[in-house]
Amino acid sequence: MGSLQLNSIRKAFGSHEVLKGIDLEVEDGEFVIFVGPSGCGKSTLLRVIAGLEDASSGSVRIDGREVSVTPPAKRGIAMVFQSYALYPHLSVKDNMGLGLKQAGTEKAEIDARVAKASSMLSLDPYLARRPAELSGGQRQRVAIGRAIVREPKLFLFDEPLSNLDAALRVQTRLEIAGLHRRLKATMIYVTHDQVEAMTLADKIVVLNAGAIEQVGSPMDLYNRPANLFVAGFIGSPQMNFIPAERLGQSGAQGGTKTIGIRPEHISLSRESGEWKGKVIHVEHLGADTIVYLETETTGLLTVRLFGEHAHAPDDVVFATPDNASIHRFDADGKAIV
Amino acid sequence: MSKARFSPTRSAFVHLALIAYTLVALFPVFLTIVNSFKNRNAIFREPMSLPTPSNFSLIGYETVLSQGNFLGYFQNSFIVTVASIALVLLFGAMAAFALSEYRFRGNTLMGLYLALGIMIPIRLGTVAILQGMVASGLVNTLTGLILVYTAQGLPLAVFILSEFMRTVSDDLKNAGRIDGLSEYAIFFRLVLPLVRPAMATVAVFTMIPIWNDLWFPLILAPGESTKTVTLGAQMFIGQFVINWNAVLSALSLAILPVLVLYVIFSRQLIRGITSGAVK
Repeated sequence: MGSLQLNSIRKAFGSHEVLKGIDLEVEDGEFVIFVGPSGCGKSTLLRVIAGLEDASSGSVRIDGREVSVTPPAKRGIAMVFQSYALYPHLSVKDNMGLGLKQAGTEKAEIDARVAKASSMLSLDPYLARRPAELSGGQRQRVAIGRAIVREPKLFLFDEPLSNLDAALRVQTRLEIAGLHRRLKATMIYVTHDQVEAMTLADKIVVLNAGAIEQVGSPMDLYNRPANLFVAGFIGSPQMNFIPAERLGQSGAQGGTKTIGIRPEHISLSRESGEWKGKVIHVEHLGADTIVYLETETTGLLTVRLFGEHAHAPDDVVFATPDNASIHRFDADGKAIV
Repeated sequence: MSKARFSPTRSAFVHLALIAYTLVALFPVFLTIVNSFKNRNAIFREPMSLPTPSNFSLIGYETVLSQGNFLGYFQNSFIVTVASIALVLLFGAMAAFALSEYRFRGNTLMGLYLALGIMIPIRLGTVAILQGMVASGLVNTLTGLILVYTAQGLPLAVFILSEFMRTVSDDLKNAGRIDGLSEYAIFFRLVLPLVRPAMATVAVFTMIPIWNDLWFPLILAPGESTKTVTLGAQMFIGQFVINWNAVLSALSLAILPVLVLYVIFSRQLIRGITSGAVK
């Protein structure tokens, strides 16, 4: 279906550089997610791929064809927007068919493709309705249907779930994952929600301040973050960072400046352990218990325990890190392997 | 807070103020219409009273309809007003779309330049306009009037419409671009329907000064064939004698077409005023 190559894409608004040279390769059929804090340039990058913004320099190739000067409609892409962006004056059916109609497709063909997409998304009962008569979840399904109907080389999703409520978000996430399996299409998805990124992606691209921090599979990023930013961004609750000098001889080896340890890789004991500390706050989530400690050596520490635990504020406990899961970072914040 | 909002005293005061304003606004219209149905003596003796069987008279209307070419004047006013509104809306909306949608050098400056006309009355340029019209042979034509009124209406139209167009979602326009709609199709088929309430607002604000204008018809098109209603009514106002029956009747008649246009736009206008509040 479609592959994508980005070659040193730069984008500046006036003197403010939003994208600082992005190189990226997306294989045919991959589900790639751009994730990063707001303002990191992920949406701008998506718009450059779509052709809605021109890059200041660099090239975009879809399926090996240079498309930097091709208008969006001719790039073989379809896009799903955060605000759905349905045409308010058209019925669901016409919303889905408009792109094909503009491209001069025969009516029978349009009808067939719309019917196929609408049955895939269970939109059949709503085909004659206007967008205003649909719920949020249905609107987003129409928007996805509008993308499917075009049979694009590349699906682009711009934070498609952020306007939906929590329950609907999970359901739509499943639908999108199912859709990717069925269509085997290349999808590029922008989100600031790392849960969406971890659950949907084949490949995650972590962006920060207009540059790529790391590209990899979800488990790669979780187990082997390339730098402090990725380590802190992926995983919830956030990884604990401890200045190496606080840990004495075990910490400072090999130019290590910062030690990172995920909350789930620390065990707690009431009798003995490496770091002695006092419980500050406990969050009971049922499946997990999150304990916040203040220890003498490390300062504030977040610990995630599986199952229910009866810790209470002011308890004295000992924390012990799982030495195999410790991440070390040098003075530049790069991981030391 | 919500208690205060629905308090009856508060709402009574609000309605009192609104009713008072309505009375003040309608009084001259009422006076004009009432007196147009009375004979000359009654107009002067009891200007405030309603027409009675003894002083009822249609003499004003008879004069208006028999003297001069009032139907023609109405037609001229109507053509000028409708054509000007159409041009103001079309060009105003296009300029507003360009200003709000595209990033280009001098965008802000261009917006300010186009809005400048709101603050500078077009009548300051009357002499130059007249010279231009004479030079281009547009004196005593409706085209001349239409051009001047289009220029007069554009600044406000561009200003109001560009503000409204900024509120149309970018995603929607981008979805149109991805679906292969041209910029013109995006403008006419996606954006214009969404700013219809604002267009109605602009239409009403543009229409009334044009319909009521005396200045430019008097200067640019005083000829018999291009006279507008307001100018036509002037022929009953002499230096020494004023035919009040005819003047009042002509003005009463002149209210009608503009009222019809207003009713057409008002449904949209009300939606425009409340669109922010209800949604």
